[in-house]
Amino acid sequence: MSDENPILNIIDLQVGIDGNQILKGIDIKIPSGEIHAIMGRNGSGKTTTANVIMGHPSYEVEGGDVLLEGESILEMEPWERSRAGVFLSFQYPQAVPGLQVGNFLRKSVGSVRGDDAARGSTFREELKSAMSKLNMPPSFLSRYVNDGFSGGEKKRFEVLQMMLLRPRLAVLDETDSGLDIDGIRTVAEGINDVVRGTDNGALIITHYSRILEHVRPDRIHVMIGGKIVTSGGPGLATLLEENGYDWLEQRVAEGEEFE
Amino acid sequence: MSQSNEAREAVGDYKAGWHDPENSTIRFDFGLSEKVVRDISELKNEPEWMTEMRLKAYRHFTERPMPTWGNTEILEGIDFDNVCYFLRSSDETGESWDDVPEDIRNTFERLGIPEAEQKWLSGVTAQYESETVYHSIREDLEKQGVIFLDMDSGLREHEDIVKQYFGTVVPHSDNKFSALNTAVWSGGSFIYVPKGVSVEMPVQAYFRINAKNMGQFERTLIIADEGSSIHYVEGCTAPTYSTDSLHSAVVELIALPGAHIRYTTVQNWSTNVYNLVTKRGVAHENSKIEWVDGNIGSKLTMKYPAVILKGEGSHAEVISVAYAGEGQHQDAGAKVHHIASNTTSNILSKSISKDGGRGSYRGMAKVMPKAENCRMNIVCDALILDEGSRSDTYPTMEVGNASAHCEHEASVSKVGDEQLFYLMSRGHTEAEALGMIVNGFFEPFTKELPMEYAVELNKLMALEMEGSIG
Repeated sequence: MSDENPILNIIDLQVGIDGNQILKGIDIKIPSGEIHAIMGRNGSGKTTTANVIMGHPSYEVEGGDVLLEGESILEMEPWERSRAGVFLSFQYPQAVPGLQVGNFLRKSVGSVRGDDAARGSTFREELKSAMSKLNMPPSFLSRYVNDGFSGGEKKRFEVLQMMLLRPRLAVLDETDSGLDIDGIRTVAEGINDVVRGTDNGALIITHYSRILEHVRPDRIHVMIGGKIVTSGGPGLATLLEENGYDWLEQRVAEGEEFE
Repeated sequence: MSQSNEAREAVGDYKAGWHDPENSTIRFDFGLSEKVVRDISELKNEPEWMTEMRLKAYRHFTERPMPTWGNTEILEGIDFDNVCYFLRSSDETGESWDDVPEDIRNTFERLGIPEAEQKWLSGVTAQYESETVYHSIREDLEKQGVIFLDMDSGLREHEDIVKQYFGTVVPHSDNKFSALNTAVWSGGSFIYVPKGVSVEMPVQAYFRINAKNMGQFERTLIIADEGSSIHYVEGCTAPTYSTDSLHSAVVELIALPGAHIRYTTVQNWSTNVYNLVTKRGVAHENSKIEWVDGNIGSKLTMKYPAVILKGEGSHAEVISVAYAGEGQHQDAGAKVHHIASNTTSNILSKSISKDGGRGSYRGMAKVMPKAENCRMNIVCDALILDEGSRSDTYPTMEVGNASAHCEHEASVSKVGDEQLFYLMSRGHTEAEALGMIVNGFFEPFTKELPMEYAVELNKLMALEMEGSIG
């Protein structure tokens, strides 16, 4: 039950790719209804974490476990994880020329939430409302998935999918990068829409504290060199923004904790 | 991927692969001879000029060597002595489905033809083995003088028009298989659209081979008179047998000044059918000919829809897609000859190969020295789904006039792991994800099809993506 089990529980996760260990044993626990963030430099293992949660075939899990509401998902295929409630907003969403957005969304909703959710007017109403929240024109539906999209359009399309698929766990991999301030606010509203006031959970991966001002995560984890070096409240983001990762690394080495 | 396998088993590898018992009323012995050619002509009570034309073509066929290009290895596998060249399965052409023998009617019902006819077609012919078993045309069109008949009836009822045009676009000596077709042709469609008449809804012909080792040699002739327009759609299927059948058609189109002909094919022969077809149209002043050509089935297809741009200001459009799966070679493409000035052409060719299949684009685009200000644009895209599959292009361009504007683009791509992962992360199985990528790739073709065909084709391709993954 979700009362007892966190939405996401990552336990001592070790992951490698092509023989190189990237994640060196990380632990993250996201209780129901909470939003967490992972911050860290490029190459610290943030995207690897996101990909492994979704089941990317290129990574090898060398140890530890990933539990969704108490159940291990490591043996599941990506689509099974998706149907179980995991969603990943991609850092680099893939283009599929010829596949219409409207069609794709309906099929995805059908696969993840069942055919009833994808049917007729129910789906159309939901789609219309989500698109207007994200300031997307109806003409967007007849375009091809991520084909010729601007950076901002790609990110908003990821958020649109998240809103329609209603995941138990939303993982957002740098969904804020490359967006202007309005774009960031829109994305943040999308995340709040999916998690706040529900018993779902979200994990936001980001470089910057800006999006966190709008989402107000419950907890922030700082990742350096494939490890979570420290975790703390929302204030940690501001500290990082002001002082940088080097400063933090040093503090951690000196034994400081940030609650 | 047990789910996919279950789905595949439930539907069957090839949906149209069943066969009926053979209840023929006339069946020729295997093999081809001058006597067979004479017998076919006599049986049909043809005028002498046609018998002569057949015999001349037969002689040319026997003398002409097999093509030395294309997939000669598969071509050499054709055993002309082990083909039935004529099979009559019904003694008359029905004008109501009730007149069609029950087992044959069931076949076409399973293929959804009567239903489509009621919903969205102007007319239908259904050919079973060598001859048309059903034919209908909407009354209002008939009143406007539109002729839509099977070719045999066309010759009987409109000999003057047939004699004027038959064999003028594709002469029997064009190639070995056009010679064969001219010698033993049977069935196919004959269409004449009078001046200024627009046939709004498509007319459809459906070709079904049922018997083993059957040869189907339909012959189609479409004449669109000045300022008229017509959209002709054809579909084809056959049962899956372990021995091969031969389908060798000839299609001739004549677009008179200002006319517009669109010819759409979705070929889904079973993979034991040789599909060797010659399709060509002549476009007069300011007319337009469009070939929309889909090749999904067959063992070997060699087909290059052609347009001769004979009249000034005429336009050619060839959109073709090919899917080559296990044991299949789709050797398809297009041919455009710019003979007159200010003529334009677009060729778009897309092929997918999977499970060791081979897709080839073979194109010939020519601008004659006296043709001024011509434009042509050729785009070939290939998508290769796995390691052992193959794609090749054989483009030829001969530009004899310096004022011509020619563009040629070609691309070969593979389905990326990241693309699949992205789609799978949205709840789609690997097969479904692949189906989406493949259908997206074919979309420029599919969107040109009547909706019912488009839906059918998407389902078909999604099914093709099932099963062999993992």
